Amino acid sequence: MAAPFDLKNDGVVVIIGSGAGGGTLGNELAQKGIDVVILEAGARHEYEDFINDEWDSFAQLAWTDKRTTSGDWRVAKDFPNLPAWIVKAVGGSTTHWAGASLRFQEHEFKTLSTYGKLEGANLLDWPITLAELEPYYAKAEDRLGVTLTNNIPGLPGNNNFKVMKAGADKLGYKECHTGRMAINSEPRDDRNACQQTGFCFQGCKWGAKWSTLYNEIPKGEATGHLEVRPNAMAFKISHDAGGKVTGVVYADKDGRLQEQKARIVAVAGNSIESPRLLLNSASSQFPDGLANSSGQVGKNYMRHTTGSVYGVFDKPVHMYRGTTMAGIIRDEARNDPSRGFVGGYELETLSLGLPFMAAFLNPGGWGRSFTTALDHYDHMAGMWIVGEDMPREENRITLHADIKDEHGMPVADVHFDDHANDTAMRNHAYKQGSALYAAVGATRTFPTPPYPSTHNLGTNRMSEKAADGVVNKHGQAHDIKNLFVSDGSQFTTGGAENPTLTIVSLAIRQADYIAEQMSAKSI
Amino acid sequence: MVTIYERKPAHERKPGLSRRELLKRGGVGALLVISGSAVISPEHAWGLETSALKPETMATLIQMARDIYPHDQVPDKYYAIAVKAHDEQAGKDPAHKDLIEKGIAELDLKSGKDGYTGLGWEEQRVAVLREIEDTPFFQAVRGGLVVGLYNQKEVWPIFGYEGESYSKGGYMARGFDDIEWL
Ligand SMILES: Cc1cc2nc3c(=O)[nH]c(=O)nc-3n(C[C@H](O)[C@H](O)[C@H](O)COP(=O)(O)OP(=O)(O)OC[C@H]3O[C@@H](n4cnc5c(N)ncnc54)[C@H](O)[C@@H]3O)c2cc1C
Ligand code: SF4
Repeated sequence: MAAPFDLKNDGVVVIIGSGAGGGTLGNELAQKGIDVVILEAGARHEYEDFINDEWDSFAQLAWTDKRTTSGDWRVAKDFPNLPAWIVKAVGGSTTHWAGASLRFQEHEFKTLSTYGKLEGANLLDWPITLAELEPYYAKAEDRLGVTLTNNIPGLPGNNNFKVMKAGADKLGYKECHTGRMAINSEPRDDRNACQQTGFCFQGCKWGAKWSTLYNEIPKGEATGHLEVRPNAMAFKISHDAGGKVTGVVYADKDGRLQEQKARIVAVAGNSIESPRLLLNSASSQFPDGLANSSGQVGKNYMRHTTGSVYGVFDKPVHMYRGTTMAGIIRDEARNDPSRGFVGGYELETLSLGLPFMAAFLNPGGWGRSFTTALDHYDHMAGMWIVGEDMPREENRITLHADIKDEHGMPVADVHFDDHANDTAMRNHAYKQGSALYAAVGATRTFPTPPYPSTHNLGTNRMSEKAADGVVNKHGQAHDIKNLFVSDGSQFTTGGAENPTLTIVSLAIRQADYIAEQMSAKSI
Repeated sequence: MVTIYERKPAHERKPGLSRRELLKRGGVGALLVISGSAVISPEHAWGLETSALKPETMATLIQMARDIYPHDQVPDKYYAIAVKAHDEQAGKDPAHKDLIEKGIAELDLKSGKDGYTGLGWEEQRVAVLREIEDTPFFQAVRGGLVVGLYNQKEVWPIFGYEGESYSKGGYMARGFDDIEWL
């Protein structure tokens, strides 16, 4: 049974956010017998309630509270109040993630040493190595049921994948398969097998795809040590005179202010909300916000170098049938500066339904050049580019000077400018993607601009030295021993891989560390 | 109130709306006819009644919508449904009514003596639209269409998009991998 904990219970670990990081950490701790309260800003929708309709699902799950944007990225012009596509619901963005689950490459933990200093980039080596994370990657892959690991067969290729594979063969790419996906190719761990419904981005109504909503959280609740409190929007972390955090102030479902006391606080609200919360928790003792003696909170915002390529063919494809992202080419993920940029990128199959295609193919575009593309919607194949982008101090989350949300908390402004390396990489990927589809007979291709960010990273980064970042190699704040960051905002750099497997691995590792430190009574 | 209504077959209709008479009252473009407070498509048996915007304005909006997102295989009816929200909003918000009425008046003015719908070729109309594409009026109309037009379930089959699939068991047995031409 789910345990309801008293607001005054100061022995609990309070986690803010129930997504990939928070939901996983919550279950891990509960399994170890540690009492946990997860405060989640969104509502709880079980997977039967998900909607096979893009806009209706967006209204059900997406974070639509106001945010602002600035910088030279096109999102700031086309979607000024929607910098990111993130979920506000129990399960967080794992409700509508696509399931691509890749390990980082060794050099991606050592970008400063590997790429060298790059003008305009705030590169830094992670304080951990691939070798240190490997055992946790293995645990995470087993937990998520990642295909092509643990003897789990790959997913069958859908039409969109078959087009990609044919093109990859023509271009001589060697590593192209249906992906390492946290989607069941056969029933496993009480989860159904994928029925190729094609609405992975809208929440899997079969529960075939891993999500903290129906995997981690119910398991944690079953221990009696985990309570998930939905519709609870945290807006301030409190601390005592000794500089230790003591609880979290939040608005409950009726908008009333409450404070949940805590022995430990872990922030996992995704990379826009987590720094927003730390900055908003400023006090006379910490005037620049909590855990911010380095000044790095909110900085180094990364979103992966993305973009899409769609191709139109003279014969039908029906790319929207089946898994949204079960197809990958990994050949370009290596670091090979001879291509004109450092780092690498993955190419993954992608499909949008007609309503989202109209909104995102070329935002603001109109006239026949635009509409003749949509006229061939059922003859289209699509892929997504996901590559390593450069951390930049200027790319950052700040509190808006004037605009506040309904609880009086300043909204987040998201500033982003592409680094020249990002642009060079994107252009290379556009060329490869277009060439791939042309090789299979595409009559027209579309280099499509990045969507609002789905991978938000880096704004509370890990560092060896306290001066360079916000948290240490366990995600523990350099400044405050009982404050942790447990989501993608702790990434020192972004890698070329979709981030969730790494977020989950770090959360499992962090749970071990927290349990150790608690029993040693050092926090 | 704005309603899109299916028109009754000719023998059930009130007298006075014969095809010949409708055409006599003045066609908008070749297809749409204004009658009282309604825009009517005599060919395709539907009408759109306006309450806040002038019906002429609505008819021009429908043409404008088609010129912004031209799909020759999509009937006018769906463009009409896509822009009718402007009539609803104009009823609630005088500023919005002003934006649309003035925007259309301006569009007509820029288009010469027969107005926007008097321009026979799409290229001619698009040239006028290019002149105003940065105005709040144009952006309001275009922006509204992105969801208003493409989120109509009835138009999806025209583009070959099949929509909801869970209730049909997904595509496991319905062609997720049926591509044959590769
Ligand atoms: C369409 C889409 C597809 C994706 N596909 C993939 C993929 O294939 N592979 C992959 O690796 N990644 C994918 N991602 C990214 C992945 O979903 C995220 O990287 C991951 O979920 C981030 O985990 P997180 O814990 O940082 O945040 P989230 O999972 O977003 O969880 C954060 C939670 O915190 C809550 N919250 C925020 N602020 C507060 C507050 N103040 N108080 C209380 N609660 C708060 C939010 O409501 C949310 O529920 C995808 C994302 C999207 C949008
Ligand atoms: S395609 Fe598979 S994983 Fe995606 S939503 Fe459908 S059943 Fe779930």
